[in-house]
Amino acid sequence: MTDNNETSGATPEEESRVPKRVIGTPSPAGTQELLPEEKAKEGGNAYVLDETKARKAERVAAAFFTLSFLAGIAFIVFYAVWPGHVGNIDRAARSNYTLGTALTVVFLGLAVGMTIWVRHLVTTKEIVQERHALSSTPEDRQVFNQYFQEGTDESGLLKRRLLRRTLLLAAAPLGLLPLILLRDLGPLPEKKLRHTAWKQGTRLVVDGTGQPLKAADFNSPGGIITVVPEGSEDNLNEIATSTVLLLNLPEDQLKVKKGRENWNVGGIVAYSKICTHVGCPAALYEQTTHHILCPCHQSTFDALDSAKVIFGPAARPLPQLPIGVDSEGYLIAASDFHEPVGPSFWERGRPKV
Amino acid sequence: MSTTTPPKAIDGAIGFADERFATAGFLRGKMKKVFPDHWSFMLGEIALYSFIILLLSGTFLTLWFKPSMSEVVYHGSYTKLNGVSMSEAYSSTLHISFDVRGGLLMRQIHHWSAILFLGSIMAHMLRVFFTGAYRKPREINWLIGITMFTVAILEGLFGYSLPDDLLSGTGLRITQGVLQSIPIVGSYLYFFAFGGEFPGQDFIPRLYTVHVLLIPGILLALVAAHFMILWFQGHTQFPGKNREEKSVMGKPFYPVFLIKTTAFFVFTFMVVALLGTFAQINPIWLFGPYTPDSITAGSQPDFYMGFLEGALRIMPNWETNLWGHTVSWNVLVPALVPLGLIMTGAAVWPFVEQWATGDRRIHHIADRPRNAPFRTAVGMAAVAFYGLLWLAGGNDVLADKFHISLYQTTWFFRFAVFIGPVIAYIVTKRICLGLQRKDAAEYGHGVESGIIKMLPSGEFIEVHEPVKDDAEAVLASKPAAPALIAGQEEDENGIPSPASRGPLGRARRALNGAFAADDIPIGNGHAAGHGPGEPGAPGDDDGDAVVKHPETEGGEHRELSRG
Repeated sequence: MTDNNETSGATPEEESRVPKRVIGTPSPAGTQELLPEEKAKEGGNAYVLDETKARKAERVAAAFFTLSFLAGIAFIVFYAVWPGHVGNIDRAARSNYTLGTALTVVFLGLAVGMTIWVRHLVTTKEIVQERHALSSTPEDRQVFNQYFQEGTDESGLLKRRLLRRTLLLAAAPLGLLPLILLRDLGPLPEKKLRHTAWKQGTRLVVDGTGQPLKAADFNSPGGIITVVPEGSEDNLNEIATSTVLLLNLPEDQLKVKKGRENWNVGGIVAYSKICTHVGCPAALYEQTTHHILCPCHQSTFDALDSAKVIFGPAARPLPQLPIGVDSEGYLIAASDFHEPVGPSFWERGRPKV
Repeated sequence: MSTTTPPKAIDGAIGFADERFATAGFLRGKMKKVFPDHWSFMLGEIALYSFIILLLSGTFLTLWFKPSMSEVVYHGSYTKLNGVSMSEAYSSTLHISFDVRGGLLMRQIHHWSAILFLGSIMAHMLRVFFTGAYRKPREINWLIGITMFTVAILEGLFGYSLPDDLLSGTGLRITQGVLQSIPIVGSYLYFFAFGGEFPGQDFIPRLYTVHVLLIPGILLALVAAHFMILWFQGHTQFPGKNREEKSVMGKPFYPVFLIKTTAFFVFTFMVVALLGTFAQINPIWLFGPYTPDSITAGSQPDFYMGFLEGALRIMPNWETNLWGHTVSWNVLVPALVPLGLIMTGAAVWPFVEQWATGDRRIHHIADRPRNAPFRTAVGMAAVAFYGLLWLAGGNDVLADKFHISLYQTTWFFRFAVFIGPVIAYIVTKRICLGLQRKDAAEYGHGVESGIIKMLPSGEFIEVHEPVKDDAEAVLASKPAAPALIAGQEEDENGIPSPASRGPLGRARRALNGAFAADDIPIGNGHAAGHGPGEPGAPGDDDGDAVVKHPETEGGEHRELSRG
């Protein structure tokens, strides 16, 4: 790999900056000067290749191009003939390996072949080229300025003030039109961010199965279950605001806030599952500490203490849903949430105590 | 071997084009345009080629993907999800993965190229920054690059959100939460973007239009502008022998650069094909369809979103309620400040540098990072800031893998994002100065040859060889440190000049000082490389055959055993 192409002294970054030397041995002093730096000048405009080496390089490049060709054929044959491409996950995986390997080899052969070609067979020499000036000549600028001035004067735009001002006036609403046209992208938020699908008497049903839940059935201490309002099981928009974590907490450790005395049913409490940070489901629960953790940004809430924030970026506790029991013993919501659920927003206002 | 007329068929084609578009005259000078050679100049090429691969593989995916949030019940080749209701977007992505031959491969190639696209843009920008290649006349191209980078991050986020799987839906939910937190207009932006309440029916189709039409169009236009400007202004080159500001050295576009760059395109394609074959990425069938009440632990966005995620995680929970209005600093600050600092900082840097140094010359020779210690140190501080935020985005993974408390990890990053950049700044600056000292010493004294000589006095010395002229040209290329701006000095009464009064003037003076400080001049190896009290160089009396440079007379030997 030492044809003229590479030993040209004109590529300093390809060679080491200081003479190579094994520590403790005499250096081959001055070998750099012995390298045929000037050899590049032979042969006029192009390097003259050592024909034996060039032919060898050509054969190697050709071999890689042929490899690429064969891989391309293999790809087509695999695709067309092999029956096992799709239908299940194992077939998809096998198909991915065969087609992908063939495709990789197609590119590999092409790229390596071309690299050998350009490094060993192309005889173009390194050249030095003058950079052209990036700015126009003073004359060009002067003429441009003159034309610009003349044109502006001739157009009358500067002189005719009424024309100019009404033209600008006409353009102003034009810029607003695209924004106006976007108005129907969506409805106004109105009070929608303040309400969820919970109403007084809505039954709590288990997320996934849609089964209503009796307080007596949810009696394992430390239990946790995700519930949604009855009738919202398949409505993603309502699930996105109304999903609730139902927890069975030891009643004696529960710190009930003033005004929330009858919001729980014998230690069963309901908190919004939508994190007050940016809205991920706060789905992780640690039974021993009664901490609720949002896996997105690790806001941590104390389930025993009105889900107040004990760590992480969330600023507000998870809103609590007041719950009760209906005549048949099923858990129901006593009302909607008393504050907006989920992330904060400008119009939200102070959290209710 | 060279003839002056091409083969008949080609000549005919050239003639056809030329008689209509004067192509020969237009292309004449362009064919021999010189492209300088350096590995780091190929980073931008990787970005370009991964963009092309993205367009190709993305077009393939659009043929089957259905950008719809309509609910369907899945019955397909992935039996584990049979009977599960999901959006059409998700089910069509499953269809591409398991029922279209080569579909999974194309999906993985598309995703890997997106990652390579962003990664190579970052590497390319760091190269341009640290070598000062953004300087006049290339500031506009730098700004176009920053714009493309920002747009590309968005494009990536939108792209991986389209399949509507559990992971990407979680990302969209976070995006919605961030949107909602914007003061005054937040809830309106949210409702307009989603066509009502989250997740609604409109968002994926809208995202799709933006992802496959709007942003690629913008990127394509910017790429074209980027390359036209690059072509017109020419490429920078590194200092070296025969490298000057007024010329450029390298091999011509046709044929060398054309073959090389095509080969490089194919190499890039090979790498993403290889990754798409063997490295599974975004296996959406494992995540399941998105529902707003489900999540998996260890949810992680693609790497280029990681720094935003990290900022969200480590931000303290500050929120204010004033006059009935809520401002979520805990969301706004991490969503806007790191991105804003990095992008705005990068965008204004070339102009700040010009203003502070007064250097408004054209630069075609790239700087060696060590020769601009202030810039390099500030750049590394930014890298540290970004990198720590990025790591913080995986604080749960770090805590899990290294068995550290999650909260301690968070606290660590809360401090580290401020302390880390300072350390990076100081260490980088020291390294730059150390390298400058080494350069000055090499330039003044040569390099160790490994030959030990005994002098008649019995003293042992190591013979130093002059640096090769290629390397010497590199060393000698070190520009003088930016001078203090004239008119900024104090007069004889200690009164600062009018230009340097006021906050702006003081800032300029301080910045000017920062750029000018800590410079070790080349060609003065003694002052830089040696302490005082060194005995005079034993010098020429050993009569060896070392070729001497005029500048290094008497300085080429250094004692081996200094106390």
